[in-house]
Amino acid sequence: MAAGPSKQLLAELATRPGHNTHIDKVIRWGFICVALLFLAVLLIAPLITVLSSAFSKGIGVYFHSFVDDDTVAAIKLTLLTAAIVVPLNTVFGVAAAWAIAKFEFSGKSILITAIDLPIAVSPVVSGLVYVMLFGTQGWFGVWLLDHDINILFAVPGIVLATMFVTFPYVARELIPLMQQLGNDEEEAAITMGAGGFMTFFRVTLPKIRWGLIYGVILTNSRAMGEFGAVSVVSGHIRGLTNTMPLHIEILYNEYNFVGAFAVASLLTVLALITLIIKTLVEWRGYRRR
Amino acid sequence: MSRERSVLPGFGLTVGYTTFFLSAVVLLPLTAMIIKASNINHAAFIKLLLDPEAVASYKISFGTSFLAAIINFVFGFLIAWTLTRYDFPGRKFLDALIDLPFALPTAVSGIALTAVFAQNSWLGMHLAAMGIKVVYTWIGITVALTLIGMPFVVRAVQPALAEVQRDIEDAAETLGASRFTIFRRIIFPTILPALLTGFAMAFARGIGEYGSVVFISGNLPMQTEITPLLIVKRLEEYKYVDAAALGCIMLAMSFVMLLSINLLQAWSRRRLFVGKKR
Repeated sequence: MAAGPSKQLLAELATRPGHNTHIDKVIRWGFICVALLFLAVLLIAPLITVLSSAFSKGIGVYFHSFVDDDTVAAIKLTLLTAAIVVPLNTVFGVAAAWAIAKFEFSGKSILITAIDLPIAVSPVVSGLVYVMLFGTQGWFGVWLLDHDINILFAVPGIVLATMFVTFPYVARELIPLMQQLGNDEEEAAITMGAGGFMTFFRVTLPKIRWGLIYGVILTNSRAMGEFGAVSVVSGHIRGLTNTMPLHIEILYNEYNFVGAFAVASLLTVLALITLIIKTLVEWRGYRRR
Repeated sequence: MSRERSVLPGFGLTVGYTTFFLSAVVLLPLTAMIIKASNINHAAFIKLLLDPEAVASYKISFGTSFLAAIINFVFGFLIAWTLTRYDFPGRKFLDALIDLPFALPTAVSGIALTAVFAQNSWLGMHLAAMGIKVVYTWIGITVALTLIGMPFVVRAVQPALAEVQRDIEDAAETLGASRFTIFRRIIFPTILPALLTGFAMAFARGIGEYGSVVFISGNLPMQTEITPLLIVKRLEEYKYVDAAALGCIMLAMSFVMLLSINLLQAWSRRRLFVGKKR
């Protein structure tokens, strides 16, 4: 995917007879210019804006934005949420990929569609469904109230909503990869007497590790950045139930633009690191699809 | 569940765990919402869905998502073509950057786009001079949804474009076909299913999108209020049944889009596969 065609091939194509005429050059540079302009406005300009706005009042003010107690609490909550969600979804993703890639069973396509569902559903709906389950008017609302347990407008709700949204990413990375790699080596290991877990850790894991790393990084990135679903279940209590993206919204609505973009710059760096790791994983010879 | 024989262990464990976790985290909450919405009678449900503010929000959500997906259909193809067929400085860098809207939190995209197009920004001033107001209008929503949907089209088309067989193109050229004919008769039919898949993915994502839109849209009822935002508003008014009904409509829409995307992907694979076997 990211690898694309080699330089030699492109150079060879451009120098073939009838392929470097005036009209070809016009078309080529026309395409390149339009594509660059489109991406400059939509991708590069927002990136530069995040950084330039964060540092618009100088580097001192930028770092001062992180001294605020509520900002620190938001960063901590985001890290805590990711620390719970990412391992759980990773274990799920590996188990789901093993079940789907290694076995044929009835109902498999329904299972695959159900795993994909959270990606197709609006983030707002992803949060809403937990309100219907744990809200005062929800299924478990009265019971939770009687037992004085807070899920909605508290940390457990944020964790659950984040889990819902980032649910499919590891499985979606691993399923095509494991299907493509086949079962021969695993079958050989089992036949020679290795146990199931030993086979997984010694045979399968080394084969899929780059895909797994990217799936985990992507899950982490989405978990830390989720806005819509978390916004519905969090209750926006400053210092208690605000994650970083929600804190960005509050700072922005208070016209504290430097603060908002300073927190945004942290998440932007996280996104860029995610892209770099994705590119590295692809260079490792592993290609998606 | 029945299965074919396999020497590999872990069938019961992995399928059982997957099904249990999936049911607990995804299916149970979804069921709760559907049952909440079905607590009211048929006529009241329809009345909720045809409320003027709701209808206005569907029009805005569908209209802007469709427009953004059309823009991505054209420009997504153009970008994929440029990245796969031409060499220029920075090509690899741009290729890696295509996934940025996917990795960047939506709230960050939202405030950044709003700042880029605000009336006091460089770009916003020039657009305002031409009489185009982006922020707090439907144009702003479309811009945000274009950003969010762009990677889906580019990433769907890139592998398909790489699959177009160069020898067939060469043969057509030898036989005297013009560039436009080659594109229209060979390249376009090969990549069309992939292009439509990307279009459908971008459209589906646009309908549900929330974070990147709420900052740039201004959220005026009847004018720039998207359906996901209306759900949030109904929740804040403690109208849980209204929110659940709107949620069910969006869920049904997601199902339809997921099904269409799966069908388009199957078509896309078939077309590329037939090309390969020759």
